[in-house]
Amino acid sequence: MTLVKISDDALALAGGADKLAKAFEDKGCEVHRTSSWGMQWLEPMVEIDGKGFGPATLDDVDAILDGSSDKGIGVIEEHPFIARQQRLTFARAGKTRPTSIDDYEDTGGWQAWKRVRTMEPAAVIEEVLASGLRGRGGAGFPTGIKWKTVAEAKSDRKYIVVNADEGDSGTFADRMLMEGDPYQLIEGMAIAAYAVGAQTAYIYTRSEYPHAIAKMEEAIRRAEPIIAPLHMEVRMGAGAYVCGEETSLLNSLEGKRGEVRAKPPLPALEGFMGKPTVVNNVLTIAAIPHILAEGGAEEYARLGVDRSKGTMPIQLAGNIKHGGLFEVAFGLPLGELVNEIGGGTFTGKPVKAVQVGGPLGAYIHPDQFDLVFGYEEFAAADALIGHAGITVFDESVDMGEMARFAMEFCAAESCGKCTPCRIGAVRGVEVIDRIRTGGRQRDILELRPQMHNTTKDKGREAAEEVGLLTDLCETMKFGSLCALGGFTPYPVMSALKHWPQDFFGESEVPAEMAD
Amino acid sequence: MSDKSQRIGEIIAAHAHEEGPLLPILHDIQHEFGCVDAETEEMLAKGLNLTRADIHGVVSFYHDYTPEADPRPVVQICRAEACKANGVEQLMGAAEAAAGGRVKLSTVYCLGLCSAGPAARTGDDLHIRLDEKAITKLIENV
Ligand SMILES: Cc1cc2nc3c(=O)[nH]c(=O)nc-3n(C[C@H](O)[C@H](O)[C@H](O)COP(=O)(O)O)c2cc1C
Ligand code: SF4
Ligand code: FES
Repeated sequence: MTLVKISDDALALAGGADKLAKAFEDKGCEVHRTSSWGMQWLEPMVEIDGKGFGPATLDDVDAILDGSSDKGIGVIEEHPFIARQQRLTFARAGKTRPTSIDDYEDTGGWQAWKRVRTMEPAAVIEEVLASGLRGRGGAGFPTGIKWKTVAEAKSDRKYIVVNADEGDSGTFADRMLMEGDPYQLIEGMAIAAYAVGAQTAYIYTRSEYPHAIAKMEEAIRRAEPIIAPLHMEVRMGAGAYVCGEETSLLNSLEGKRGEVRAKPPLPALEGFMGKPTVVNNVLTIAAIPHILAEGGAEEYARLGVDRSKGTMPIQLAGNIKHGGLFEVAFGLPLGELVNEIGGGTFTGKPVKAVQVGGPLGAYIHPDQFDLVFGYEEFAAADALIGHAGITVFDESVDMGEMARFAMEFCAAESCGKCTPCRIGAVRGVEVIDRIRTGGRQRDILELRPQMHNTTKDKGREAAEEVGLLTDLCETMKFGSLCALGGFTPYPVMSALKHWPQDFFGESEVPAEMAD
Repeated sequence: MSDKSQRIGEIIAAHAHEEGPLLPILHDIQHEFGCVDAETEEMLAKGLNLTRADIHGVVSFYHDYTPEADPRPVVQICRAEACKANGVEQLMGAAEAAAGGRVKLSTVYCLGLCSAGPAARTGDDLHIRLDEKAITKLIENV
């Protein structure tokens, strides 16, 4: 009987993978529903004897089986998109059935968990420190230091909270990991709990991810005897982007409004229910089983550049020819990721801009494509890698519109705790609108003689509005409590800097802004 | 005791052993009744020994909870950056025309399908690579 592998990842399902699987079964094939290889432009992809075919439709079934299909891509592991990767966190991607605990065990699962339990908790933390692993959720904080703080805190109860809120547009690695290799996340959580002395572990994920929730819950049920007495639970958010911020997440988990808390106290000391809590991103925790395997930490630390150690599951998204998941050691130039690995735009038009790091990340011009993928390297260019989503735009994009959207998004998702973000984002939309329509006339109030500081004979020109926008962005950057308000200026100001012509519409770009 | 308040009592009891049970409770209520209305907030306040203001503060914070039930079927369309890069805004005219008054279109920011947008969600079903024809068909058939 022919063995056919078809992914049951949400993206493959959206492309019709269930019907396709049924069609192969009807032809008498044995069908395994595996995780996704991450070559998303080929989903739903059909794998037979290691060879791939995609994107496959029902009409392709016969041709694939009789060998006459023109959708073949050859041996999947030899395809450049896969061959060029260094998959550690996504080592099982495409190969195993996500909720099969046997598949997991057969591919090295639970080995780190077994090894760890012969070690002192402090020695576990030492290895995490030695690996150089930094948080993959955005801020890049050293994971070992966070764990150490929690481990050394005195408390009767401690918690592990996995941040699976993945709100950044252009990112999907957390989703793929939870849907494709849930036991690896569970193993990482169990190790974290052992290292810091936690009794309970939560996974907080978004309501937009029903498939990931179902798979995680099934996997937790099956893994219960292995990780006992640790209690593990999935909790679902309720459609608030800001709940990805760790303190907002903790409030939400406690059943409160998802307002950001001021730090200190750090969640590591006073987190969930006021108890010491590790909050880590899915990818951070999922990297742990590899690191805690024999010799894993050294191998991890050998990869990468400078202080960006190990590998990063990069997500290629937007208008891109070869979109999907590309895990590689830090250090590749951005242009290589976009043009060589991603194959440029899907539409075939020139790349105009890429946004790295989700809605709070700067827009990067192709002139900066030699930028090397690493935390410090990006920070030095006023950009951030965030959760490592790369969203590509072709020349049809209006960057003035994208800057406006950045402000609009911030206004919609602000938790409301601080003024620069809550009010500033609303004003930001208005100022950008005025720039784009060439400034504005004085209003009735400003024309009153008592209003000494306004000129009466002419309105405010677009260039003056730019001054206002710049001021506003400074205020948001330095006056906001969290990165939602604090980083929204990055996409706005980078768009204005590199593409001023997209803001000024009919009126001309002011001389000081032209290149 | 009305049927509703009995059901809400049962939902509260089902989550009684959880730490911070309010969001799971609200999810169950939204799922079952299609909204979390003023009357429900009152009942929850009593059942959980909180004030109505506490409950309303939470309910009104999150996009997933609505104060009134909407009988229309819903199509969630992603309008975040990566889907914009793939042209979702150019589809909205056709989407609105197809929806008319019968279907509710709601905006979401990212469904995690960002390399294959424009993307949409109906219930637990996801849709990718939408063009004008596909989104019209999707909305008409929902
Ligand atoms: C507005 C906002 C949204 C965030 N969203 C997420 C998210 O979706 N997932 C995540 O892991 N971290 C997110 N973060 C970062 C978290 O606050 C925190 O740094 C992270 O969960 C820590 O885990 P790590 O050290 O493993 O990265 C967000 C931060 C901000 C300010
Ligand atoms: S910056 Fe915005 S989201 Fe962050 S705490 Fe302030 S109001 Fe809340
Ligand atoms: S941006 Fe639309 S699915 Fe992610």
